[in-house]
Amino acid sequence: MPKVVVDVMPKPEILDPQGKAVLGALPRLGFGGVLDVRQGKRFELEVEGEVTDEVLQRVHEMAETLLSNPVIEDFTVHVGEAVAEEPEVRA
Amino acid sequence: MKVGVVTFPGSLDDVDAQRAVRLGGHEAVALWHGDHDLRGVDAVVLPGGFSYGDYLRCGAISRFAPVMTEVVEAAGRGMPVLGICNGFQILCESHLLPGALIRNDHRKFVCRDQRLRIDNASTPWTSSYAEGQEVTIVLKNGEGGYVADAATLDRLEGEGQVVARYLGDNPNGSMRDIAGVSNERGNVVGLMPHPEHAVEELTGAGTDGLGFFTSLAAAAFA
Repeated sequence: MPKVVVDVMPKPEILDPQGKAVLGALPRLGFGGVLDVRQGKRFELEVEGEVTDEVLQRVHEMAETLLSNPVIEDFTVHVGEAVAEEPEVRA
Repeated sequence: MKVGVVTFPGSLDDVDAQRAVRLGGHEAVALWHGDHDLRGVDAVVLPGGFSYGDYLRCGAISRFAPVMTEVVEAAGRGMPVLGICNGFQILCESHLLPGALIRNDHRKFVCRDQRLRIDNASTPWTSSYAEGQEVTIVLKNGEGGYVADAATLDRLEGEGQVVARYLGDNPNGSMRDIAGVSNERGNVVGLMPHPEHAVEELTGAGTDGLGFFTSLAAAAFA
């Protein structure tokens, strides 16, 4: 099934308290060298049929209308890989 | 006046808001999120809570509830609409109010009696107060940080659309200490603190919140 991916990120000038919380936790766990963390959302949309320009345009509209709030967030739309089969579980 | 209070799935403060409406001298009318019907009310309150579980973003799903089509249309005609806490978030997501509300800068839920200053006493929801009056109203939120770009903030301040500001320590990182704003016309007001929890001496921090519900009558007869 074809997949379209929408990534939503807080705008650079908007404070991201969740990212700050993660940034604060990393050194406590011994992970050094991380200067900043921004936390966003990723939406994976399974769509019917081919991913045409028209489909991408509709997804763009979905992102603008519902998936993101343009006041505080930016988004990008791209075609993802086909949705994988159930992952193989290794013992 | 007949004042509708919308109940969304996950609304918490709808019954308190109805009670506050009655204490303010009005008839409270329960409205349901799934109805395309305002049942002939003269004003609408969108109450606090966690509508639709705050999924996606606070207020993002509620904005598309059937009743919101009628609320947006009525607001456009000048009907007084008050959004409290989650209701404020819904009004911002609906683009009835500018800006947005993000997670508190200190990342903790805040619950306290909050000092506020009423900066605009000419809206239908604040006309019972004096301009500059200081009041204490309950504040409880996790995502109450008001943000907007600098040009929008300048415009809000210049046009008197900042309805209330936090006094003392800023409780949630709101830009320019903004606790509540109105639209250009002034009929739509969003407020992060909860005036419906400050209407009786028995519970809460006094009765300073009652003015939000008595103002409607004053506005109607002005």
